[in-house]
Amino acid sequence: MPLNDMTFIIGGEAGQGVESSGAGFCKALARGGLHVFGLPDYRSRIRGGHNFFQIRAGTRPLYSHGGPPHLLMALTEEAVLRHREDIPAGGGVLYDPEHAVDAGWLKARGILAFPVPLGKIVKDAGGTRAMVNTAALGAATGLTGYDFSKVASVIEDNFRRKGQDVVDLNLKIAQAALDYVRTTFASSFDYRLEPVSGPPRMVINGNQAFCLGALAAGCKFVAAYPMTPSTTIIEFMSARAARYGIVTKHTEDEIAAVCMAIGAGHAGVRAMASTSGGGFSLMVEALGLAGMTETPVVIVEAQRPGPSTGLATRTEQGDLLFLLHASQGEFPRIVLAPGTVEQCYEAGIRAFNLAERYQTPAIVISDEFLAGAIRSVEKEAFDLSEATIDRGQILSDAELDALDGPYRRYQFTGSGISPRAIPGHPKAVYSATSDEHDEEGHITEEADIRTRMVEKRMRKLEAARQEMRAPETYGSPEADITFLAWGSTYGPLREAVDVLNRSGRKANLVHLVDIWPFPGEKVVAPLSRAKYIVDVESNYSGQMASLLRMHTGIVVNARILKYDGRALSPDYILAHLPEEVK
Amino acid sequence: MSDVKDFFVPVRPTWCVGCGDYGIWNAVKMALAGLDLKPYQVMFVSGIGCGSKLPDYTRANGYLSIHGRPMPVATGIRLANHSLRVIAVHGDGDGYGIGGNHFLHAMRRNIDIVDIIQDNQIYGLTKGQYSPTSDRGFVTTTSPEGAIEAAVNPLALALAAGATFVSRSFAGDLKHLADTIMKAINHRGYALVDALQPCVTFNRVNTYDWYRQRVYKVEDETGYDPTDRMKAFAKALEWGERIPTGVIYQVEGKPTYEDQVPAMRAGLLVKQPIVSPRFAEEFEALKDAFV
Ligand SMILES: Cc1ncc(C[n+]2csc(CCOP(=O)(O)OP(=O)(O)O)c2C)c(N)n1
Ligand code: SF4
Ligand SMILES: [Mg+2]
Repeated sequence: MPLNDMTFIIGGEAGQGVESSGAGFCKALARGGLHVFGLPDYRSRIRGGHNFFQIRAGTRPLYSHGGPPHLLMALTEEAVLRHREDIPAGGGVLYDPEHAVDAGWLKARGILAFPVPLGKIVKDAGGTRAMVNTAALGAATGLTGYDFSKVASVIEDNFRRKGQDVVDLNLKIAQAALDYVRTTFASSFDYRLEPVSGPPRMVINGNQAFCLGALAAGCKFVAAYPMTPSTTIIEFMSARAARYGIVTKHTEDEIAAVCMAIGAGHAGVRAMASTSGGGFSLMVEALGLAGMTETPVVIVEAQRPGPSTGLATRTEQGDLLFLLHASQGEFPRIVLAPGTVEQCYEAGIRAFNLAERYQTPAIVISDEFLAGAIRSVEKEAFDLSEATIDRGQILSDAELDALDGPYRRYQFTGSGISPRAIPGHPKAVYSATSDEHDEEGHITEEADIRTRMVEKRMRKLEAARQEMRAPETYGSPEADITFLAWGSTYGPLREAVDVLNRSGRKANLVHLVDIWPFPGEKVVAPLSRAKYIVDVESNYSGQMASLLRMHTGIVVNARILKYDGRALSPDYILAHLPEEVK
Repeated sequence: MSDVKDFFVPVRPTWCVGCGDYGIWNAVKMALAGLDLKPYQVMFVSGIGCGSKLPDYTRANGYLSIHGRPMPVATGIRLANHSLRVIAVHGDGDGYGIGGNHFLHAMRRNIDIVDIIQDNQIYGLTKGQYSPTSDRGFVTTTSPEGAIEAAVNPLALALAAGATFVSRSFAGDLKHLADTIMKAINHRGYALVDALQPCVTFNRVNTYDWYRQRVYKVEDETGYDPTDRMKAFAKALEWGERIPTGVIYQVEGKPTYEDQVPAMRAGLLVKQPIVSPRFAEEFEALKDAFV
């Protein structure tokens, strides 16, 4: 009897609450001390189609989705047809007999059929069609023998705002489905789930984790124009804006979003704009404006597959080189690519510190997979005591009062960083300009000043490079296979490395979060010992491998690239190992 | 009392001799001095164009942004620090053309910004192409047969978009322009000043004389009521033989955008503590919501 190690899929149409019930079930499992990983998969439509949510539960930390689904909770016929091939013998399908499901097909492959009249249970309890997912949750709880009180507590929390009647109705439906399953199927399903003891864990996705970091960093201004998969950032911050004294602005377009953030940053508050690739494309000119005026601003770019509208609700890592080179001319920028929810939280803090310390744009690049996939993580992983706030060189009122002579906003300094004055002080009067300018900020075309100003700005990049972190190396130090990765692929690769090392192979992972300024020497160090480097990315051209070659001369041995819009999984990586290291 | 000289910087404008931008520049400084504002209390935000260089020539806080984008930059500054008198100053191409979307939305937001458009009916800095306010038939390098588009009517557009202060003045009438700018600064909410500005180098049609022969002041008209939106619409539609100037429309008492943002009620955003002393407790609660 496999205990506490299984994968579920809940599948149905858009509008059936597949994602909310999937996330709810994850939370119920985490409340029972289990580790979970949840991956939503949805289409760019509001009704119909096929959406599904994959849940993995286990007793050790999980970093990725993957593996065959042991239980499919099918809210439509299509859900059965789409996933039944993946279910192993001994697995099960829970469905409503209202739907024409071919139980014979399942049985012939050793898959258990669990017809549960979900629609009828809901109707008899006095519920609406939208509550079928609640019935499915109750039924799954019954089939796996899991502790219903955990599921009930999540139902209570999720529906509390809608009133006690709604809570009671949903509880009644879930209980009825659970009772039906227990009496009808007893314990005929092998896969079991049971609470274990463990610390309280959050179930959180990358966008949410980033927002917690931004809140801890004292972000005061957020501007955005809605675009999947970044939208949940402005939504999260807007919902909490009044409470935490934050101004959020849903703007007329992304140009306005980034320009408002630049204006707010110039005026002295920590400001950010969040978007996806299409919106970032619109922000490109203003990115250079922030570089030229040395304005701190944070931009989050949650990637989705392009070009153009591409696959609006899916994932890809296709924007890396674009982001590193976007906007005309040369200026310093910081680029961080977190790979886990913990790193998203940290990036939320670091991006603001780096933007202010180097007075330049800091970009956090993620993608739909990282932004939307949820993972259980200990509360302590988001540590506020480590959230030190460094606003860089800002002149105090006293320092400004003591200033004799004009304030030189763009003073030539050794580090390239010029002490910043927040507008509003009588001694801090100056003009910032997108034109080349002298130390006081006035427009100039003098060749000498131009040269020195370019060098001053670019010195900041060199200073920043020193504090960029080395890539994380995970796995066997004497590896025969070294995976190279950045951003969201950390989780699937970490699990692939574990699988290989458990099977007696020697593998490791070199994963970059700090991408720009490219910490060349720190990247060379772990790779110079590598015997066989496999670059793994969710894009067509292997952009990190190109970057690596450009900056270090290191050429990878092979690439595993995926660009179908679906996240890389450990299974996929292992199945696509190059022949030389298979 | 502050004085026009307080806004002096030792930088010589690069504008052509006789350019209407000098008049707008002087009128702005007269208005600031007239209202006893100090350089550190004012923030000019401009875009790109001949006129957009004004902040570089003026002692005050300034941000010369990119073409078409001063309104969102100004909005961000205002939201972060609403003690600053934020004045956007930019050309007709910048404000009504490439920045047209921001223009519309700034007006319906009623953000408390003075928006001065240096309206020379031409693209000056790029050496003479037709602009959104160029009249039909206007011959330029990009409209060699004469412009075939209808001109934008900024005042009518502003009225339709919900602007709470809509005005026009003329760079050739310093006193009237300075007065109008003062009224705009004193207005709570978005305030448009469409400043007719002869470009002596590239616009040989809409000259000082051309404007002088046509402009008249609504203030001189007995019984003109700038609070009557429908009358204002009728005025806004006048263009050609007679061009109305002055405060075409003003409605007072409408809440500004800033008035309605909860986070700004506690005071200036920029003066708030970076994280509140209670945040550690709050943070536990924030995390608990995910458990
Ligand atoms: C994105 C972008 N496109 C084009 C330009 C070139 N450009 C500079 S000023 C300008 C037009 C200026 O016209 P207007 O805004 O009316 O200002 P004026 O020079 O007449 O005062 C253009 C097209 C630019 N700087 N940026
Ligand atoms: S080109 Fe026209 S608008 Fe520009 S400075 Fe000369 S006269 Fe003024
Ligand atoms: Mg113009």
